[in-house]
Amino acid sequence: MQSPVATKRDMPFSQLRGEPTSVVSSDATPKIKIRNLDFFYGSFQGLKHINLDIQEGMVTAFIGPSGCGKSTLLRTLNRMYDLYPGQRATGEILLNGRNVLSPDQDVNALRAKVGMVFQKPTPFPMSIYENIAFGVRLYESLSRADMDNRVEWALRKAALWDEVKSKLNQSGLSLSGGQQQRLCIARGVAVKPEVLLLDEPTSALDPISTAKVEELVHELKSEYTIAIVTHNMQQAARVSDYTAYMYLGELVEFGLTDEIFIKPKRKETEDYITGRFG
Amino acid sequence: MSDSSVLYRKRMRTNRAALVLSLVAMAIGMGFLAWILVVLLYKGFGALSLTLFTQPTPAPGSEGGLSNAILGSLMMVGTATFIATPIGILAGVYLSEFGRRGWLAPATRFINDILLSAPSIVIGVFIYAVYVAQVQHFSGWAGSMALTLIAIPVVVRTTENMLNLVPATLREAATALGAPRWKVVLHVVLRSAQAGVLTGILLAVARVSGETAPLLFTALNNQFTSFDLNGPMANLPVVIFQFAMSPYENWNSLAWGGAIIITFGVLCLNIVVRTLFRKKI
Repeated sequence: MQSPVATKRDMPFSQLRGEPTSVVSSDATPKIKIRNLDFFYGSFQGLKHINLDIQEGMVTAFIGPSGCGKSTLLRTLNRMYDLYPGQRATGEILLNGRNVLSPDQDVNALRAKVGMVFQKPTPFPMSIYENIAFGVRLYESLSRADMDNRVEWALRKAALWDEVKSKLNQSGLSLSGGQQQRLCIARGVAVKPEVLLLDEPTSALDPISTAKVEELVHELKSEYTIAIVTHNMQQAARVSDYTAYMYLGELVEFGLTDEIFIKPKRKETEDYITGRFG
Repeated sequence: MSDSSVLYRKRMRTNRAALVLSLVAMAIGMGFLAWILVVLLYKGFGALSLTLFTQPTPAPGSEGGLSNAILGSLMMVGTATFIATPIGILAGVYLSEFGRRGWLAPATRFINDILLSAPSIVIGVFIYAVYVAQVQHFSGWAGSMALTLIAIPVVVRTTENMLNLVPATLREAATALGAPRWKVVLHVVLRSAQAGVLTGILLAVARVSGETAPLLFTALNNQFTSFDLNGPMANLPVVIFQFAMSPYENWNSLAWGGAIIITFGVLCLNIVVRTLFRKKI
């Protein structure tokens, strides 16, 4: 499948990104270690033997064609699949060395540590202020002034403060799509998680909002460990430090983003990245 | 693709035909509704007066109003709504949010649907048998119980349907923040469905305020003003039923007045509640 952007995709991506990739020392302990992870939708196996390390303070991107299991992988990290009967995961996902898949893991506490932003903006049916405060109140009891500060802090982090500061009491649903998505990111950031999972966060957004969200990812990675699923190859190249290419539930290749995009080791990865497949 | 192509003209014809058919269907439905309202206003307008709201129902040959019936209906419908709303909403929440696994939810849903379509006279006879016949007297409580049993399945059904319309992504988003299930349901799911849930309660109120059959066996009637739910109670539907069949002209006219009060009472309640809740988020 040849597309007009294919030629651009062949350009060195470090140029497109405009900055060199930070090189990690090999002895850094990963924030999340995934070991022998299998995932089942009923009898269908959605993930096959995934082994992967997600480094602390880095952005890890998951790419691959539709149905390859990227979102599924992301949803195992905060055990989102628990909501649905018939979905189960086996293997180990070690967050700070503790297996989050074990039955005695408190899933609510886990989700407070591992935040998630979804493909479609999902503001709650309440005011902009309450949208942010809702999550914070779950695990912290702040004074009114502290809460005001936290809301402002989160909205500033999400580059939304200047646009909404005069209408914090308006419904979150009154915002535009791009603003709603940044509100959702602010909501996720406000609870101060350790890891932030972004499931195609910009696929419903216009280019300007997309650029803002990408800048945000850059900003946030100094404090959070970020995993992002994206269909947009340039986006993966722009925002991530590590990239995992997945196909049919398997992890085909994983490495530094620049290496994956410039000299992938596997033929399949190269075909996908250059647009010959996918 | 020219305007004169055969296919294009055929499509235009089909479009016009479908439009005409749906307009006719709309006109039939709206026509009867308008007819009912016009007849109601025409016949009942003369009966509307202040005494209708201040005087109790008259004995044959004397003048009076409907105050005792209005009071009785308000008390019984109010009591029924007060009891049925929390039960109905909680049951609806269970069916939609918690009853994903197992046999209990499907069984409850099935029984609820049967209850929903049960003839109201059966409910009346049921309350008569289990309560009125035991305590040996008609009472407002018995009437309220019968109305509650009619209201609950309406609230359950609409609540469940409305909660099912809330997108799963919203539940996931709230869950992803680490919110426990009950907080997700209470603060996010119910809140985004609140207009729909409220509509369900209004539907139930509208439904029970016109019910006559179950009250005949339970609250019966009372010619005097009574605040005592433990004794027989006057109510609009039964008064309308008795007065409309009576040979006295002023009774007939009162029956029309009662019909207007019920109809426009429900209409006003609808309008007020809807405008109140539209302003909120």
